[in-house]
Amino acid sequence: MRKEPAEWQLLLYIAGQTPKSIKALSNIKKYAEEHLAGKYSIEIIDLLVNPQLAEGDQILAVPTLVRKFPEPIRKIIGDLSNEERVLVGLNIKPLK
Amino acid sequence: MNFTVQKPKASQTEADFKFPKTPTGVEGLDEITEGGFPKGRPTLICGGAGCGKTLLSMQFLIKGITEFGEPGVFMSFEEPSNDLSMNVRSLGFDLEKLKAEKKLVVDHVRVERSEIEEAGEYDLDGLFVRLGYAIDTIKAKRVVLDTLESLFSGLDNQAILRAELRRLFHWLKERGVTAVITGERGEATLTRQGLEEYVSDCVIMLDHRVIEQVSTRRLRVIKYRGSTHGTNEYPFLIDEDGISVLPITSLKLDNEVSSETVSTGVPGLDEMFEKRGIYRGSNILVSGTAGTAKTTIAAYFANEQCLKKEKTVYFAFEESPQQLVRNMKSIGIDLEKHIKSGYLEIHSSRPSLNGLELHLLTLRKMIKDFKPTTVIIDPISNLITVGSMHEVRSMLVRLIDMLKLNNITALFTSLNKQTDDLRPDLAEESVSSLVDTWITVRDMEGLGERNRGVFIIKSRGMGHSNQVREFIISNKGIQLLDVELGPNGILTGAARKSHELNKKVSKLKLQDELERKDREIARRKKVLQANIEALQGEFESAVEELTILKATEELKSKALINKSTDKAKKK
Repeated sequence: MRKEPAEWQLLLYIAGQTPKSIKALSNIKKYAEEHLAGKYSIEIIDLLVNPQLAEGDQILAVPTLVRKFPEPIRKIIGDLSNEERVLVGLNIKPLK
Repeated sequence: MNFTVQKPKASQTEADFKFPKTPTGVEGLDEITEGGFPKGRPTLICGGAGCGKTLLSMQFLIKGITEFGEPGVFMSFEEPSNDLSMNVRSLGFDLEKLKAEKKLVVDHVRVERSEIEEAGEYDLDGLFVRLGYAIDTIKAKRVVLDTLESLFSGLDNQAILRAELRRLFHWLKERGVTAVITGERGEATLTRQGLEEYVSDCVIMLDHRVIEQVSTRRLRVIKYRGSTHGTNEYPFLIDEDGISVLPITSLKLDNEVSSETVSTGVPGLDEMFEKRGIYRGSNILVSGTAGTAKTTIAAYFANEQCLKKEKTVYFAFEESPQQLVRNMKSIGIDLEKHIKSGYLEIHSSRPSLNGLELHLLTLRKMIKDFKPTTVIIDPISNLITVGSMHEVRSMLVRLIDMLKLNNITALFTSLNKQTDDLRPDLAEESVSSLVDTWITVRDMEGLGERNRGVFIIKSRGMGHSNQVREFIISNKGIQLLDVELGPNGILTGAARKSHELNKKVSKLKLQDELERKDREIARRKKVLQANIEALQGEFESAVEELTILKATEELKSKALINKSTDKAKKK
């Protein structure tokens, strides 16, 4: 089950452990657990460690959350504190 | 003692201080900015669409790599890397090669509003990281951010954006890279988003104006902290070599002068100058109405210089090179051989093809590439059609300055309208005070014919003839005729001919008279001789008669004596 690619592949680009990136990570984890439990994967890319990766996904602002899959690619920038916008951005219909 | 020694030293170091600058490698721009953009600081280039911002910044980068060994990063917010390569390829810049040599990084930052959702606080560290990474990989000294303002259309949170931009410029300064930021011109501000607020060390504005259907690009340095700079609007040109700016008005009047003279090539015209020619590096204006052989004089001059192995550029604004060559052949001047031998270059274009500045730049380029010692512009008055009088004058000032600086002897022709008095025309008015030597060719009309006369109005630093010399053009070329003075001044054309005829007739008459007198003398002599002979005859016959008479008398008296003796004898 775990080795199969997850239905939702999320990438979180950060630049060091800044308060914003920590907040963003905790936020997305919270939303994902709430709405996409069991069918998501989150990968964290620290641009300070791998700066060359910034160009590929056209990263400008950090933190940036990229929805790699399902396509199309969507990007959400910011600390993800606005839950509604994150869900709209990821095109997740909130479970009720 | 120590004090006096130290003092000049201190002032010397002050005078020696130079604001650190990064040469742009853009022709002319370094002169205006007195060395280039401020080193290690951001410079803003702003201007409307299509005025050459991207090109200027690209040239700054590429020249930095190729001429000054400073690698550069080009961060494009508008055009993809491939498009950029293609665009500047036509200007002779090979981005792909530089990229492969690891001297250039082109990073296209794409900001798609539809792809991005903003949720909460963020910063632009991603951009910083990318830029920093690019700078580090090639050890870049120069950075271009082309057009940073695209960010404003891609991101909503302007407050964050502005704060981040401020941070970006600080960061660039800290990194010590010389950065160029381009920005679209706004309505009330220099840039649409007021970038000048953040980047205020050096601001350069580009402009693209169309006046009377002729476009001219201009550049102006609006501010430059810590340095003096040219303040005017300088025209610039984009051609196959990229951008070149024309900072002519920054030139000073301190060119070297030569007292060597060069011949005008027109036989007889040189003799009208005290020094048998004009000074090298000076300029001559040949003005005249239509059909007074201005071009012919210009061609003579060109021919003469080429014969002396001087490189000559001939700007023909009326005729094509082929036409000029053909026409001059008809009066015995072979320009073609000079073109073939490489001493002559004829550059023909319509004056309305370009703006004035572009003409000037073309000229400048030709001077730079061809390195002529003689330049001919035929005619200069045609340029007036493409600019106002003020503009033409300012262009000509710059042109003449440029020629003088390069010690180039120049000849301009100028067409003026036919007027009765000698009042100079527009073209002359704007040029006459600038030129050193002014020759006028004019029609001299009278007795139902038109003759050409040439005279010198002025010749700086040299005495000159005050005569109006008539000249004729035949298939052997120009011929200046000797001055023929009549009772009412100088005679030309038919008057000259009739004067000459009169002279001949009176000479003949005189001869005749003399001969008649001689004959008269001879006749008189003959008559006298005859008279003498007659008298002699008369005298001789008288003598003869008298002799006879005398003889008879003698005989008579003898007879008488004889008779008396006979009588006596008889007695």
